[in-house]
Amino acid sequence: MDKFQTFTGIAAPFDRDNVDTDLIIPARFLKTIKRTGLGKDLFNAIRYNDDGSEKPDFILNKEPYRKAEILISADNFGCGSSREHAPWALKDFGIKVVIAESFADIFYNNSFKNGILLVKLDRKTIEDLLDDAQMGANARLTVDLENQEIARPNGEKVSFELDPFLKECLLEGLDDIALTMARAPQIDDFEGDDRARRPWLYGDAPAA
Amino acid sequence: MNAAKPRTLFDKIWQGHLVDVQDDGTCLIYIDRHLVHEVTSPQAFEGLRLTGRKVRRPDATLAVADHNVPTSDRSKGIEEEESRIQVETLERNVVEFGVPYFPVLDKRQGIVHIIGPEQGFTQPGMTIVCGDSHTSTHGAFGALAFGIGTSEVEHVLATQTLIQRPAKNMRITVDGELPLGVTAKDMILAIIGKISTAGGTGHVVEYAGEAVRALSMEGRMTMCNMSIEGGARAGMVAPDEKTFEYIKGRPFAPKGEEWDRAVEYWRSLPSDEGATYDKEVTLRGPDIAPQVTWGTSPQDELPITGIVPDPKDAKDDSQRQAWSRALEYMGLQPGTKLTEVKIDKVFLGSCTNGRIEDLRAAAAILKGRRVAGHVDAMVVPGSGLVKEQAEKEGLHKVFIEAGFDWREPGCSMCLGMNPDQLKPGERCASTSNRNFEGRQGKGGRTHLVSPAMAAAAAIEGRLTDVRELLN
Repeated sequence: MDKFQTFTGIAAPFDRDNVDTDLIIPARFLKTIKRTGLGKDLFNAIRYNDDGSEKPDFILNKEPYRKAEILISADNFGCGSSREHAPWALKDFGIKVVIAESFADIFYNNSFKNGILLVKLDRKTIEDLLDDAQMGANARLTVDLENQEIARPNGEKVSFELDPFLKECLLEGLDDIALTMARAPQIDDFEGDDRARRPWLYGDAPAA
Repeated sequence: MNAAKPRTLFDKIWQGHLVDVQDDGTCLIYIDRHLVHEVTSPQAFEGLRLTGRKVRRPDATLAVADHNVPTSDRSKGIEEEESRIQVETLERNVVEFGVPYFPVLDKRQGIVHIIGPEQGFTQPGMTIVCGDSHTSTHGAFGALAFGIGTSEVEHVLATQTLIQRPAKNMRITVDGELPLGVTAKDMILAIIGKISTAGGTGHVVEYAGEAVRALSMEGRMTMCNMSIEGGARAGMVAPDEKTFEYIKGRPFAPKGEEWDRAVEYWRSLPSDEGATYDKEVTLRGPDIAPQVTWGTSPQDELPITGIVPDPKDAKDDSQRQAWSRALEYMGLQPGTKLTEVKIDKVFLGSCTNGRIEDLRAAAAILKGRRVAGHVDAMVVPGSGLVKEQAEKEGLHKVFIEAGFDWREPGCSMCLGMNPDQLKPGERCASTSNRNFEGRQGKGGRTHLVSPAMAAAAAIEGRLTDVRELLN
């Protein structure tokens, strides 16, 4: 995973509660066996007409938001299914940060595993940032993960909370499977104890 | 940790699975069982291949193809190319990594959350994961079961563990008895309506109370299944004699002396007297009526006796916008009686309501009646074994005589990854779990209901109060 670095990017306003993963990427696009290539179908149902042409009113079809790297939304973003295709689609489109009032649990984990930073802020601050995001070419925010700050176009800074482990994983681009594999002796110990405690959970599957 | 402190069911399972706790509170927890399906696993197996890693515990893993499979005759394979590739990829991966697998033509094949319990793979006290948000279903057995993404699938395959933070405890109690015609599905829809679709975020829900205890294992699975629609990654019901009875004798169940040891352990799991919860919600069972959703979020639900709400009555701007958008998408006018909403299709099935008891409940309403002329109705059993059992009981004849299509098992129209999809504008009474825009097909309109309500809607050709059809 690439390291997360401070950047300044276009922020797109998408003020809508309960943006679900079916809206982010409909199920018919989950047939891929790859992680890439989903960006073109991000928000498919509200982004394209039935004939495949773009809906001109949809925010990500407008300049400069076609190049948005930050998405600003509302409550319970990413609810619904566990499909990691949702963060894959956002990432493939170019979104590096989603700012919202709250996120659904599974989507939250999935996003960080893909280097996407999710920032939780209160409604009042979100409204300020939504205003900033309406500024077209000037809808630019600077995201500084190290200092946990977002700089607004007027120079004002908004700070945000983040779990220190998630922060480190993003900043260092860590592969958490490698981190866990390094703890194999502890896993071995757990299994040894557990096998004595719950022996019925270990062994071969029954024959058909 | 004070050992004397009363603990919840969740606390006990969580603490019993801690492999390691970092200074910052991040936990490494052990995973007892991992279910795998074709949609969320290809990239995970590819990751293992690229890094030269193996599956740590094939004996704790079980794979099946369910999302993509057609529900028509499949003896000649899958016609649709991308679906076929995804299923073939799973078939290659399970061979390469030595993972147990139920092939598409095996009668044990079915929806991953139906077959886990059916095989006795799901047991109390376990941690169970799957790359699917409805993994919460397995919590009905007093297991901690939750959905994960593909990166986490890879993590579990490689290490049999997950990096997690502890969830908070929430208890939802439904007191008293459910009235006639009211089911587990109505209860969970009423709960979601009450707590909202984000009400359980960050929590594991324990369902308790007389109405929950009275449910069969199938009913408990229906409730736990939709925990995620209330925002909770996991829902659970404390295991009891009903749970043990359900598991006993199933293929993966412990046998002989190990069975006795297992039951002893399972009996230690229910929450201690005096255990505390971060959030408590209580409903009265007798107050719950058959439910139906009118909008595009599972929280948009009402008793069938209700009327389509008016955005003017919304509590704030954000809700007003959401309601207006939902009404436009659903093609509904405020003030319309829900029982006047005409439907085109009926879907009976899914991991929410594709079990034998669901089929029995629908068949009981359909017996001796006919599906309305303009309605296209289908029933998709949750597994090959559910289908076999239903045929043994003659339920298939009831469905076929009523005018339902009798199909092969799979996820089917719950999410329309196979050819079973709604066309734009089509309106469906569905026993599935999500009424999101486009969920059952682009432009499709979903009304979530119980199996008995789906049967009633099929007969009348409109959303219907099933109580009117009960003798």
